[in-house]
Amino acid sequence: MSVFQSQARVVLTLSWRNLWRNSRRTGIMLGAIAVGVWAMIFMTALMRGMVDDMLNQGIRNLPGHIQVQHPAFLDDPSVVNSIAEPDSEFRASLDRLGAVRWSTRIKVPAVIASERETRGINLIGIEPAAEDDISGLPALMDTGRFLESDQDQGLIVGARLAERLETRLGKRVVIMSQDPANNIRERGFRIVGIYRAKLPELEEFNVYAARDTLQQLLHIEGRVSQIIVVGDDYRDIEPLYQRLRQLLPATLEARAWYQIDSYLAAMFKMMDGFVLVWIIIIFLALSFGLVNTLVMAIFERVREIGLILALGMRPGLIVYQILLESLLLLLIGLAIGNGIAYASIKPLQGGLDISAVAEGMAMMGASSVLYPKLLAADMILANVVVIVLGIVTSILPAWRAARLDPLRALNAT
Amino acid sequence: MNNVILRMAWRNLWRHGKRTWLTVGAMIFSNSLLVFSISLQFGSYEMMIDNSLQAFSGHIQLQHPAYLEQPKIRYAIDNVTDRAQRLRDTLELTSISARAAGFALASSRDRSYGLQILGVDARHEPLVSTLPGLIRRGRYLEPGAREEIVIGSVLARNLRIDIGDELSFLGSGFDDSFAAGVVTVVGIFESGNADLDRSVAQVNLVYFQDSFAMGDAGNSIVIRAAQIDDVEPLMSRLKAELQGSDKVVARDWNELQPGLRQAIRADMTSAWFMYAVLIVLVAFSVLNTQLMSVLERTREFGTMMALGLRPARLARLVMLETGMMTAVGLLLGIGLGALITAYLSVVGFSYPGMAEMSVKFNLPERMYPAISLLSLSLGPLIVACGSLLAAIYPALRLNRLLPIEAMRAV
Repeated sequence: MSVFQSQARVVLTLSWRNLWRNSRRTGIMLGAIAVGVWAMIFMTALMRGMVDDMLNQGIRNLPGHIQVQHPAFLDDPSVVNSIAEPDSEFRASLDRLGAVRWSTRIKVPAVIASERETRGINLIGIEPAAEDDISGLPALMDTGRFLESDQDQGLIVGARLAERLETRLGKRVVIMSQDPANNIRERGFRIVGIYRAKLPELEEFNVYAARDTLQQLLHIEGRVSQIIVVGDDYRDIEPLYQRLRQLLPATLEARAWYQIDSYLAAMFKMMDGFVLVWIIIIFLALSFGLVNTLVMAIFERVREIGLILALGMRPGLIVYQILLESLLLLLIGLAIGNGIAYASIKPLQGGLDISAVAEGMAMMGASSVLYPKLLAADMILANVVVIVLGIVTSILPAWRAARLDPLRALNAT
Repeated sequence: MNNVILRMAWRNLWRHGKRTWLTVGAMIFSNSLLVFSISLQFGSYEMMIDNSLQAFSGHIQLQHPAYLEQPKIRYAIDNVTDRAQRLRDTLELTSISARAAGFALASSRDRSYGLQILGVDARHEPLVSTLPGLIRRGRYLEPGAREEIVIGSVLARNLRIDIGDELSFLGSGFDDSFAAGVVTVVGIFESGNADLDRSVAQVNLVYFQDSFAMGDAGNSIVIRAAQIDDVEPLMSRLKAELQGSDKVVARDWNELQPGLRQAIRADMTSAWFMYAVLIVLVAFSVLNTQLMSVLERTREFGTMMALGLRPARLARLVMLETGMMTAVGLLLGIGLGALITAYLSVVGFSYPGMAEMSVKFNLPERMYPAISLLSLSLGPLIVACGSLLAAIYPALRLNRLLPIEAMRAV
């Protein structure tokens, strides 16, 4: 065994024993670190869960990760600004780009009238088979059935709209909209299904019919309003988006989700910053106690440190020993904190009911059940921040201890 | 005697200056952070409530009992204009305005969109809602004028019309008859809220009542209180006046916009979780410091007890030390927090991404924290309580101290 190794061993033993010389103080500090680390991880998991839910839902409501449309459609969402259905060449290249799912849809403003009421709505023509991956609509069906084919003659409305219209499943309603030549087109539809959205306000505005049926109604055979593209993961949509843009002719415009909804984009971007700020604030609150503990531990041992310095221990080893003591303290605290965090998040995985503030959450775009999301990256971040900054804050007390003058230290009272 | 204890406590505190300062430092850090974030919270809640209510719904509305659940034109209040006038007289408040609302299909020459048409009292509407003040082009409705309409900017763009153009609308009226008319666009408003700018238009109430066959009825009387604290007394007066009527009820802003208070509550809950963690961490710091300071003085305390000091007295000494330390942390923390907050309340505060978020909650792009006695003292006082609580354990330990053993302790 080399000298260095045996020295390291001795120092480790010294640090470990020193740590438990004042077990109460160490215990309290461990408690503080554990609570701090628990709070870092627990809060982050809750926030992640909420924001993730908001983003997932928000993107499903847009819907899609990328939307391709007529450049003027955004400003003027009229039937005039439609695009041709993708031809086979375009279809093939969409698949080649790695789009997980894509589909076309029609989206026009329309008026819906029951026997009693009239409302302005968004009339949306969908390809029913793709909706599961795109808007998740089939899973939201409350009563009745979902649309079965692109030619389905039925209509799907939200529960709230049905209430407002004083109509129900199986009843007929009249839909009015415009064709590209500015003629009002209208026809009766039977309500075949009623859905409940997680954000109730959507129920009032979005009405779904089959794509081909609407093309007929609006006299736009072979044309659609948008192509909706869904990639693998919305967080990592940039490569697909860039490749898709290069492929598109100038007559078409593609927009990624973060361009369509700046609120979602802001939430997404802010989340990482928020997590870091939260972890650092907790660490700062902890650091006072940590430095305090070390300073006191050194203060008590001034004579002892003087003695071992006088016996010839190198000051470097003193620094090393104190830093090691601090590291051990941090590691044990982290282990406990991580353990509690994991144990407290695990039982909440099934969802935390916060329906008491459901409408407030809806205002933020989140649903009333919160699913905490424990990300390995967040846990690692919290631990790394605590260890690295913890060691950094310990350097000054350790360095000052090593610079003690052996003679004076030995004579200290 | 008291003086002696005070001086002793103060001196004891500075026997380990570094330790005391570190503990006080933790307090100052937490206190100033709490002062800042609570002020910011209060400021933003106030603004969120004000801006949301002023935009449209007002603080209180009188409505037909069924209207809140089912906002249909036929759930109406009769004689709405006179009623509003009577309310203005009895409540001595001018910011009261009558409204009616219906849905219609609006068509320009080459576009049609469904929208909500509001019939408003052009004289009083600007007093209850900020919308009339947001006219970007043209002018707002003139009292009494007929056949004119103001629309939102998004709707104007979608309909491809401008000031002076005609717009026809078609909807169902009060008695399920057809309501139709042709109106001239006189003004275009831009609220920044795309939903509002796309889906709402206003005409004069009298014209609305004629076109939608409403007679003298309307759907709501909107009341804007001078300040949020006036809502409760107003509500109780209105409730007393409306007692026995099954046609009209008063709804306050909590009922009109339940999301608002809940969003605030959700935000409060998560904020207080964070504050609680900070407070607990400070308490740990105090516990550590005071326990250590008691333990290292065992001999000293033993001697004092042998000299006749009762343990309760020593416990009080320890609590007094903690109290002094807490007071220093409290004052410096509030001072520092107030300085930071005061500075930011002048220059404003913002972080990346805040602009996009604030639109959603009717907030401006920069936040100005609101300093008040409450926002300055609330957080620090709780920190102080937490610190004192944490010191109870070390203080109580003194009761178990036996003089002889204590004097022998190392």
